[in-house]
Amino acid sequence: MAKVLVVTSGKGGVGKTTTTAALGAALAQSGQSVVVVDFDVGLRNLDLVMGAERRVVYDFINVVQGDAKLNQALIKDKRVDMLHLLAASQTRDKDALTEEGVARVIDELRQRFDWVICDSPAGIERGATLAMRHADVAVVVTNPEVSSVRDSDRIIGLLDAKTIRAERGERMEKCLLLTRYDAARAERGEMLKVADVLDILSIPLIGIIPESTAVLNASNLGSPVTISNPQSAAAQAYLQAAQRLMGIDIPVTVPAERRSFFQGLFGRRVA
Amino acid sequence: MDTATTIRKTIRFRGRSFLALVLAPEAPLAAWLTEFDVLRERSPSFFVNRPLVLDVGALDLDREALQTLVADLYARKVRVLGIEGAKASALGFGLPPGLSGGRVVDDIPAPEDETPAVGGAAAAPAGPPPQVPVPAVAPALYIEAPVRSGQSVMYPEGDVTIVGSVASGAEIVAGGSIHVYGALRGRAMAGCTGNPKARIFAQKFEAELVAIDGLYQIADELNPELRGRPVQIRLEDDTIYMSALD
Repeated sequence: MAKVLVVTSGKGGVGKTTTTAALGAALAQSGQSVVVVDFDVGLRNLDLVMGAERRVVYDFINVVQGDAKLNQALIKDKRVDMLHLLAASQTRDKDALTEEGVARVIDELRQRFDWVICDSPAGIERGATLAMRHADVAVVVTNPEVSSVRDSDRIIGLLDAKTIRAERGERMEKCLLLTRYDAARAERGEMLKVADVLDILSIPLIGIIPESTAVLNASNLGSPVTISNPQSAAAQAYLQAAQRLMGIDIPVTVPAERRSFFQGLFGRRVA
Repeated sequence: MDTATTIRKTIRFRGRSFLALVLAPEAPLAAWLTEFDVLRERSPSFFVNRPLVLDVGALDLDREALQTLVADLYARKVRVLGIEGAKASALGFGLPPGLSGGRVVDDIPAPEDETPAVGGAAAAPAGPPPQVPVPAVAPALYIEAPVRSGQSVMYPEGDVTIVGSVASGAEIVAGGSIHVYGALRGRAMAGCTGNPKARIFAQKFEAELVAIDGLYQIADELNPELRGRPVQIRLEDDTIYMSALD
């Protein structure tokens, strides 16, 4: 049975779409069949980052509303066989997503793939709650800054209240992915330290993605960083995060710091 | 011969118990309002969307003065849902209804035909409200997960114990004491139903606001030395005392 994963955050611009693409590609590269679904209706970014913007004929909305078959809308990646994309519509708004329609499409995707990765829009409104509703696992993307951490805390609260799993009384699996981490700046106290973020959010960490030009280049090239530059530190961190999602136990290391983050972690307090 | 009343469908009246803040102005009113403005300025969002009961038992107001007071509060964006302790003659149409007692729990039978439909509310308040009996041992509420930003835990019945942290932007309101076995970063209000003996305990004290029995302090007024330490907060003679536990 497939696992439905939602990539979410409270604040915008923390790297949800980049993360969706990179994790999706990393999982597909290790032989799992993956579909990435763009829930950010009206903005449409995931297809750009995946380099498929010219191949979108039918989108998620068309399938939700029954104008197109799922098969017609799924775009197969040219580089990685097991990777598929369901793009969002740019011309419609998020009200075009209906609860029943989304449930039906997610169910259908569950039958066909090992992983269904939903790229959530930012915020706590309808689009975001629809994206998280059917998820089994949530990856909460956070930057090491106070506003991002605060908003993520709010989102974790919603994941425990507004998802189908939570309503059934089951536990929603949640994990934290810290992006745009700059070890030097954290050391100087200009950013929150990893330990501070974990202390506030208290959910398991599945990866720390270092601030890297490789990520920006990859987005501009329209290729997930794990494909375009697999040797870069950011790609390695994403590959390891994907392995942790598959249940492989590898310790998380803080970039550019050799020691584990559980030692010497007394940093600034958060306001 | 059947009367119309037996055929008519019965209208059901149900009781609900709500928790409301009670605001008790003191004379002289002008000075009290100035003081109130200072309070509002320090924590502007505190009264927004928080309907409250106005207790005018300590004042001797006639209808006109009461109307002015309600209007003054309304101008400050404070919505009064009921007035407690006012003279019956001072209340009536154009003012929030009078309240007394506070607790009605069971279904209320439909009023008999003889009961006058209007005027009942105005006749109700007379003298100080009766004391609500408090059960000897109130069950405590245990929360074994972090309370997240934006969440609010309301438990007027008794103590709240949180095994985890209270995030910045979260709120705990308890009738009794509040115990936080983690970091307290949000707001904690203990003794909200009028219990000055309630206390707040936090393993790691970084609160935005603490209140006991309606008296409160915000983060800026707190002693910076207590930050991040295990702390106990209690009330003595209307003064909040905080002390480190380590």
